[in-house]
Amino acid sequence: MPTAPPAAEARPVPHPSGDKRFKLLEVAMKKHQFRPDALIEVLHAAQQLFGYLELDLLLFVARHLKLPPSRVYGVATFYHFFALKPRGRHTCVVCTGTACYVKGADGLLAALRREAGVGPGETTPDDNLSVLTARCIGACGIAPAVVLDGTVKGHVTADALAAEMKGWVPGGTG
Amino acid sequence: MELADLAAIAEKERAARPPVEVRCCTAAGCASAQADKVLDGLKKAAADAGLDGKVRAVSVGCLRLCSRGPLVQVDPDGTLYANVTPEAAPSVIAGLAGGPVAAERLDPAGPFFAGQASVVLENSGRVEPERVESYIAADGYKALYKAVREMTPAEVVEAVTRSGLRGRGGAGYPTGVKWATVAKNPGDRKYVVCNADEGDPGAFMNRSVLESDPHKVLEGMAIAGYAVGANQGYVYVRGEYPLAIDRLTTAIKQAGKLGLLGTHVFGTPFDFRVDIRIGAGAFVCGEETALMASIMGGRGTPTPRPPYPAEKGLWGMPTLLNNVETFANVPRIIRDGPEWFAGIGTEKSKGTKVFCLTGKVANTGLVEVPLGTPLRTIVEGIGGGAQGGAIKAVQTGGPSGGCIPAELLDTPVDYESLGKIGSIMGSGGMIVMDGASDMVDVARYFMEFCMDESCGKCVPCRAGTVQLHRLLTRIVDGAAGPDDMARLESLCHMVKDTSLCGLGQTAPNPTLSTLRYFRKEYEAKLRTDRRVHLPVYTPTVNGTPARRTP
Ligand SMILES: Cc1cc2nc3c(=O)[nH]c(=O)nc-3n(C[C@H](O)[C@H](O)[C@H](O)COP(=O)(O)O)c2cc1C
Ligand code: SF4
Ligand code: FES
Repeated sequence: MPTAPPAAEARPVPHPSGDKRFKLLEVAMKKHQFRPDALIEVLHAAQQLFGYLELDLLLFVARHLKLPPSRVYGVATFYHFFALKPRGRHTCVVCTGTACYVKGADGLLAALRREAGVGPGETTPDDNLSVLTARCIGACGIAPAVVLDGTVKGHVTADALAAEMKGWVPGGTG
Repeated sequence: MELADLAAIAEKERAARPPVEVRCCTAAGCASAQADKVLDGLKKAAADAGLDGKVRAVSVGCLRLCSRGPLVQVDPDGTLYANVTPEAAPSVIAGLAGGPVAAERLDPAGPFFAGQASVVLENSGRVEPERVESYIAADGYKALYKAVREMTPAEVVEAVTRSGLRGRGGAGYPTGVKWATVAKNPGDRKYVVCNADEGDPGAFMNRSVLESDPHKVLEGMAIAGYAVGANQGYVYVRGEYPLAIDRLTTAIKQAGKLGLLGTHVFGTPFDFRVDIRIGAGAFVCGEETALMASIMGGRGTPTPRPPYPAEKGLWGMPTLLNNVETFANVPRIIRDGPEWFAGIGTEKSKGTKVFCLTGKVANTGLVEVPLGTPLRTIVEGIGGGAQGGAIKAVQTGGPSGGCIPAELLDTPVDYESLGKIGSIMGSGGMIVMDGASDMVDVARYFMEFCMDESCGKCVPCRAGTVQLHRLLTRIVDGAAGPDDMARLESLCHMVKDTSLCGLGQTAPNPTLSTLRYFRKEYEAKLRTDRRVHLPVYTPTVNGTPARRTP
């Protein structure tokens, strides 16, 4: 359990790769005075910069926040939001919350499997599309809802979704 | 900042308001239907028609009928349009002068709207959530002034206690009692936490409140901080709500600039800062101890209570934790008095509750009603009944709640009545199901949810939900026998009785309530050709079988 926030002094160890994004991440960590209890904020920032959290990146965070790597890995794997693997160029998040379930979210997932050949948590072999699920995105009033590359779409039908996918999954996989 | 300054801001805001305001909802539901483009279209059309100074198009929060967005309302006459497309926007402006409008017109006095109350949502769809001046013009921050300048902390706690307000996060714990406990517990620092994790799938009341009227929640939190002696507040918002996070961030900045938050609130020695913590997609983080672990940067695993957060919360200090809607009720209680608030609702459940009415119902959206309103009034009156067929069941309380069968629709919606029939009020999700829903599959659905979301800390929940899910899947697949039913029930009680936190303790509820009211559906799926007898778990207290709540 975290204890009272210690006043950790900055300890800049630049990343050997020289990748600019690491610098930006350091700035984000500095904003939180490298406090270990800012771990989740820092991981949010890291994922925003890099798209996903590579092990090397987690180690970098661990060193800067003076946390054991196990703790950082434990937190990163606990929360659904953090991806430890890269995602496809496009993402399609299907809401499987109750309102969407009642209005036929299964049908949407089936359509995706048919059109793109992938199910929840999977990415097409050509890295074009990742299919994800969410437990309610707060758009229940317009269920069933999906999020296509960050844009929420409501009242989605299987046919409409299949049509959307045509542009992303060339030819489909059958 | 003095009361006179507040009044001056309000006066200036009112004076700048043109005779006609065209309000376009830009909250998340409508935003996904291109509300931003509609708003731009309205603004452009008004400018093109040379109506500057006469007509103003503004961005507001939820107008409640989310399924028919984007919604646009004209003030002051109240004309309401639904499904407004960006192309139709100019016609709405032309319609002000009597031209034809290319959008569906709704009756604001129709059953969906007329049956509702407006306490928590009083400003929703009226004030501009991204402008603090707009909130101030709607009497905003007057309650905070009254609290810090005219009342002692003890008087504030007393007022909240007398109002009878109970927690809106699910359990309904008396808010005043909680505040009093935090106020009296010693600590060098204290914290106020607003639970905006809203994990119940199928509910978006808290999101709407944050997107439509963020200052109301901040004002409620600041009053709470003053009452319990805390100088730091956190709002823990789920990462799935980017717009709510944006608007809240803007609101905190604007309130800080005016000296309504930060150091020396209203020129008093009282300091109150608010920071946002963004959740990372774990349902269990809605549970209070898990939420605090998450704020402190750890894995969101619950810890046994006691100690309650009111004694040992964030960083071991007394912490007040309430739901978004609980805080949103506070400013009105202080401004209009606890007696006014206590005049709404039933004897034990005071005030109103916001529900998110969804599923197979004609009108889906946000609904606010006085507590004690019969369920039938909500789903059939306001909701307009099932689309097509008949209502089969109403699910309340999400994965911790139950399914209420159609026969019990006359049950008043209050904490005790819903508890008696095996469901809970929950945070406000209300999902209507018709004949197309297979109730065993519904039970399986919720069990799958709990199985996925179990944090894994304790065995009954971690392993029990997996076994329960397997059993339910077997029943759905028609592969189960009567012995599996006995096993299912026994395991439900075991998980309920022995899990560490609320997630595990309530995970069996949807299964138990469907077993109670829709047992025939289970039985119809059983195979009768297998019969094995298994030992059944019976909870005991000091050797005698314990009484079990159904
Ligand atoms: C698994 C679980 C999830 C919860 N999720 C939420 C939630 O999303 N929002 C919420 O306000 N309370 C949630 N609660 C209840 C909180 O633990 C807590 O009781 C509540 O926030 C207290 O605020 P109130 O007194 O204002 O209701 C959850 C509880 C459990 C056990
Ligand atoms: S009941 Fe479930 S969620 Fe709660 S502590 Fe145990 S395993 Fe975790
Ligand atoms: S259940 Fe899908 S958005 Fe809420």
